[in-house]
Amino acid sequence: MSSKTLYDKLWDSHVVRQDADGTALIYIDRQLVHEVTSPQAFEGLKLAQRKPWRTASMLAVPDHNVPTTNRAAGIADPISRLQVETLDANCAEFGIVEFKMGDIRQGVVHVMGPEQGATLPGMTVVCGDSHTSTHGAFAALAHGIGTSEVEHVMATQCLVAKKSKAMLVKVEGVLGRGVSAKDVALAVIGKIGTAGGTGYAIEFAGSAIRGLSMEGRMTLCNMAIEAGARAGMVAADDTTIDYVKGRPFAPHGENWAKAVEYWKTLHSDEGAKFDATVELDAAQINPQVTWGTSPEMVTDINGRVPDPASAPDAVKRGDWERALQYMGLQANTPIAEIKVDKVFIGSCTNARIEDMREAAAVAKGKKVAANIKLAMVVPGSGLVKAQAEKEGLDKVFIEAGFEWRDPGCSMCLAMNDDRLESGERCASTSNRNFEGRQGQGSRTHLVSPAMAAAAAIAGHFVDVREWQ
Amino acid sequence: MKKFETIDGLVVPLDRANVDTDAIIPKQFLKSIKRSGFGPNAFDEWRYLDHGEPGMDNSKRQINPDFVLNQPRYQGAQVLLARENFGCGSSREHAPWALEDYGFHVIIAPSFADIFFNNCFKNGLLPIKLDAAIVDELFKAAAISEGYKLKVDLEHQIIEMPDGKEIAFEVDAFRKHCLLNGLDDIGLTLQRVDDIKAFEVKHRAAQPWLYA
Ligand code: SF4
Repeated sequence: MSSKTLYDKLWDSHVVRQDADGTALIYIDRQLVHEVTSPQAFEGLKLAQRKPWRTASMLAVPDHNVPTTNRAAGIADPISRLQVETLDANCAEFGIVEFKMGDIRQGVVHVMGPEQGATLPGMTVVCGDSHTSTHGAFAALAHGIGTSEVEHVMATQCLVAKKSKAMLVKVEGVLGRGVSAKDVALAVIGKIGTAGGTGYAIEFAGSAIRGLSMEGRMTLCNMAIEAGARAGMVAADDTTIDYVKGRPFAPHGENWAKAVEYWKTLHSDEGAKFDATVELDAAQINPQVTWGTSPEMVTDINGRVPDPASAPDAVKRGDWERALQYMGLQANTPIAEIKVDKVFIGSCTNARIEDMREAAAVAKGKKVAANIKLAMVVPGSGLVKAQAEKEGLDKVFIEAGFEWRDPGCSMCLAMNDDRLESGERCASTSNRNFEGRQGQGSRTHLVSPAMAAAAAIAGHFVDVREWQ
Repeated sequence: MKKFETIDGLVVPLDRANVDTDAIIPKQFLKSIKRSGFGPNAFDEWRYLDHGEPGMDNSKRQINPDFVLNQPRYQGAQVLLARENFGCGSSREHAPWALEDYGFHVIIAPSFADIFFNNCFKNGLLPIKLDAAIVDELFKAAAISEGYKLKVDLEHQIIEMPDGKEIAFEVDAFRKHCLLNGLDDIGLTLQRVDDIKAFEVKHRAAQPWLYA
C-alpha cells in the first residue's frame, strides 16, 4: 500500500461515496453547535419537516452572545437573548445535549468540545464556525461550515465536499523561552500569508510541534484558518492520548484500548506525499506582534511597523497604507514603542488553562500600567475558570489589576457588551485583527498570552523574554 | 433556492484585497435568527458613517459618500468585482445572504476564501475566479466607462464584455448543476440514504466508541 498522509487517512475513512468528478459525500462524526450560525439551520430543518439524523453526534453551547459579567441578571440585549433562547428551545425540541449559560461546562465551543472529550482522534468534526480547525489538534479532520451545511449535516450526517490539497508545515527544533504556539502560528501566517493555505489542509509536524502540549496544538490549529486553510491537524501521539483519557465523552473500558490502538495509526506515513511543504526553524521564532488589519501583517517584538514604500507590489502597498491609517501607526515605529489602551486575554485561541498560567506567571506580583484603561481575562470555559481559581490564578490577575470574567467569546468579536471604543488599541490573544473586529474603529494587535500580560504591565509592547 | 439565470449586470469595483466577512456583514447583525433582510447592512461600516445596530432605520443613517457602493453610477449593481482572498475570515453564511439580499448575483475575484466560496453556491450567488491580470483589466474598464456591464452566462461558463469579447470561466460541474436548477443539496443527499446507512454499519464496526 502506498504511503498516506494523516489527511488521506482521515478522509478515506469517512468517504460514504465518491463521484467521478471528485465530489464526495463525507460522513461527520461530531457536530458542535452554537447560537449564532444554527437558528436558520434549525428553521430550515423544521420547514422541510426533517429530523436530525443522529442527535447524539451533536453538542451545543451558547458562547458568542453571553455576558462575561453579572450572569445572574441574564442577557440584557434582547436580540442577543432571543438568539440564545432560540438555541435552548431548539436543543430541547430535538433532544440535543446543550451546556447552557449557567452550566460550569459552558464555554467557547472550541474550548468546550476538547475539554469534554467530545473531540476525539480520527473523527470528522464540523461546526458553523471557522475556528473549528482547532479540533484538528487531535488528529481529527475538523473544519468550519456555513449554516446551509450545518443544516445539511443535521439532516444527513454528511457533507458534500471535495478533497483539499495537503500542505506540510514543519517546525523543527526547540522554541525559545517565552515563545509559544501563538508565536509559531503568527510566524507561519507571516511566512505564507492569509491566503497561503487556501485550498489546503495543513498538517503541522516536526519536533517543535511534537513538543507542544495539546493546548498549544489547539492554538496552532485554531489559526490554520487565518492562513486560509480550512483544516489544520497534528498527528496523534501520547500527548494526545493522555489528554483525552478520562474525559466525559471519551471512550471507556474495552473501547478505550481499541480506540488507542487505532489512534496510534493516525500520523502521516514515512514518505507520504504533500502538495506543498513549508519549513520553519523553531529557534528563529521570536514573540510576534501584528501591526495591521490582517494576521499576515505581523512582525516580531524587535521589529518595526513597515513602510508601505517597501511593499512588494501596488495592491499590497495600498493595503499597508490603509492598514497604517486605520491602525493610527507611523511607518518605521518600533513595535516596542506602541502603547496600548486595553488588553484582552481570552478567545478559542488562547483561553485554556495553560494560557491562563502563562499570563499569570507574567502578571504575578506586578501592576497593570496606569495608561491601561482595561485589562481583562476571560477564561475559555467554566471548567477552565474553576481550575484557574483552584490554582489561585484569579487572585494573581485581580491583584495585578486585571478583571476576571465569566467564559465566552467576549471581546474576540465583540458581539456581547465587551468591545473597544473607536480608536482604542488592544493587545489581544484572539485570532483576528480585522477592521472593526473588536468594535467599530477598534485597533487590534494579536499576541500570545504572555505578551499580552506583559503589555498590560508595561503599558506598551515589550519583549516578555526580558522579564523571565 | 432560486435558479441562477443569465444576467447582464452592472459592475461595481471594490478595490481592496482580503475583504473579510466582518466587513461584509458586521457581527452585530449576526444576532438575527432569520436568513433574510441583511442587504441594507452589507458592508455596513464602510457604507455608513454612523454605527449601525440591528433594528435601526437605515434610511435615516449617514451615508458615506466616498464608499464605492454609494456612488450613484453603481446603484443597482449585480456584479461585484473584488481583489484577492475575498470573503476571508469567518464561516458566517450571513455574508452571502447579505450580498445576495443587496442584489448581487455574481462576484468576480482572483481568489476567494474556501468557506465563503462554498457558502455562495448554497445561496444562488456565483463566485467566479479569474486570473489576477484579467480581474485587473476589468477593474480598469469598470472605472473608465460609466454603466459598465458584464453578461454572465453560467450555462456556457462565459462572461461577455460590452465589446463582445468573451472570458471563459471554470465552475465545478455539480455546483453548476445545482445553481442552474435551484437544487437543494439536502434533498440530493437524502437520495443516498442507503449509502449513508451502509457506511454507518461499517464505521460503527471499525470505531464502535463513536457510537457508544
Ligand atoms: S472566541 Fe472568537 S474566534 Fe473563537 S469562536 Fe468565539 S468569536 Fe469565534
